[in-house]
Amino acid sequence: MSDTFAMIEQVGPRGMMTLRGDLSSTKLKNAATGVAGVDFPGISECNCVDERGIAWMSPDEVLVITPYDEIAKDLKRMQKILSGTHHLLANVSDARSVFMISGAKSREIIAKLSPVDLHPDSLIPGQFRRTRLAQVPAAFWMRDKNTFELICFRSVADYVSTLLHNAASAGSEVGYFQ
Amino acid sequence: MLMLTCPYCGIDADETELTPGGQAHLTRETVGSDDDTFESYLFMRENPKGVHFERWRHSYGCGKWFHAARCTVTLEVFGTYSAQTTEPPKEICDKISGKRPGWSWGSFS
Ligand SMILES: [Zn+2]
Repeated sequence: MSDTFAMIEQVGPRGMMTLRGDLSSTKLKNAATGVAGVDFPGISECNCVDERGIAWMSPDEVLVITPYDEIAKDLKRMQKILSGTHHLLANVSDARSVFMISGAKSREIIAKLSPVDLHPDSLIPGQFRRTRLAQVPAAFWMRDKNTFELICFRSVADYVSTLLHNAASAGSEVGYFQ
Repeated sequence: MLMLTCPYCGIDADETELTPGGQAHLTRETVGSDDDTFESYLFMRENPKGVHFERWRHSYGCGKWFHAARCTVTLEVFGTYSAQTTEPPKEICDKISGKRPGWSWGSFS
């Protein structure tokens, strides 16, 4: 692909589990944190360390992220902890694609494609934002102040890849956040 | 551009991240309703110039339905609130009264 002003890589596959239920339940929280090894996130937050993490998806849903190779084992562990609790747990790993966008101007790329306020004072690491990227649903969070991790449905991964590369074309910087 | 704060995730969502759900606080008429009430439930809607109550869904976000009170003339948003209610909460009504004294909408004022 042509020159870009930030680095865009498709990473993964990543292990991902959709967990729905009563997010205030201790059992549910323990199941998620036990497997992910991070604190349970607050509303619209994501806690992520390396390839493990938990993202807040909605008032009754979180996304539990693990290494792809360990998903079967982690799924079993969670099922065991959750047994007897009303919940839904589904392995959605193969339905998702993950992108990493890094560089000092990475904010600009997301800002061009989504209706989200990406000002450095508004969007900070730790927040989790579900939104749209041009015409498709996506979600992203910041690994650090220059790195975005973005997930979308695998069926639209090619579209998202093209969008990101196009928005990052060298010379198309807006410079609004600098 | 219309922006509404989703009461569930606290996110300021752009209109393009939301799905409109039409007029809020309808009573769903069903078996046992007379024809006039049923017709009114199906077809009759408020069409105000000013204060309006609507349902919206945070479809590109948490996916939840919520309510919004806004002005159809200026696009000023008076507030958003939970879907689990059949009438606007008092603090929303008070806020509207402060900005649009004498307002009324359906059976609310
Ligand atoms: Zn929401």
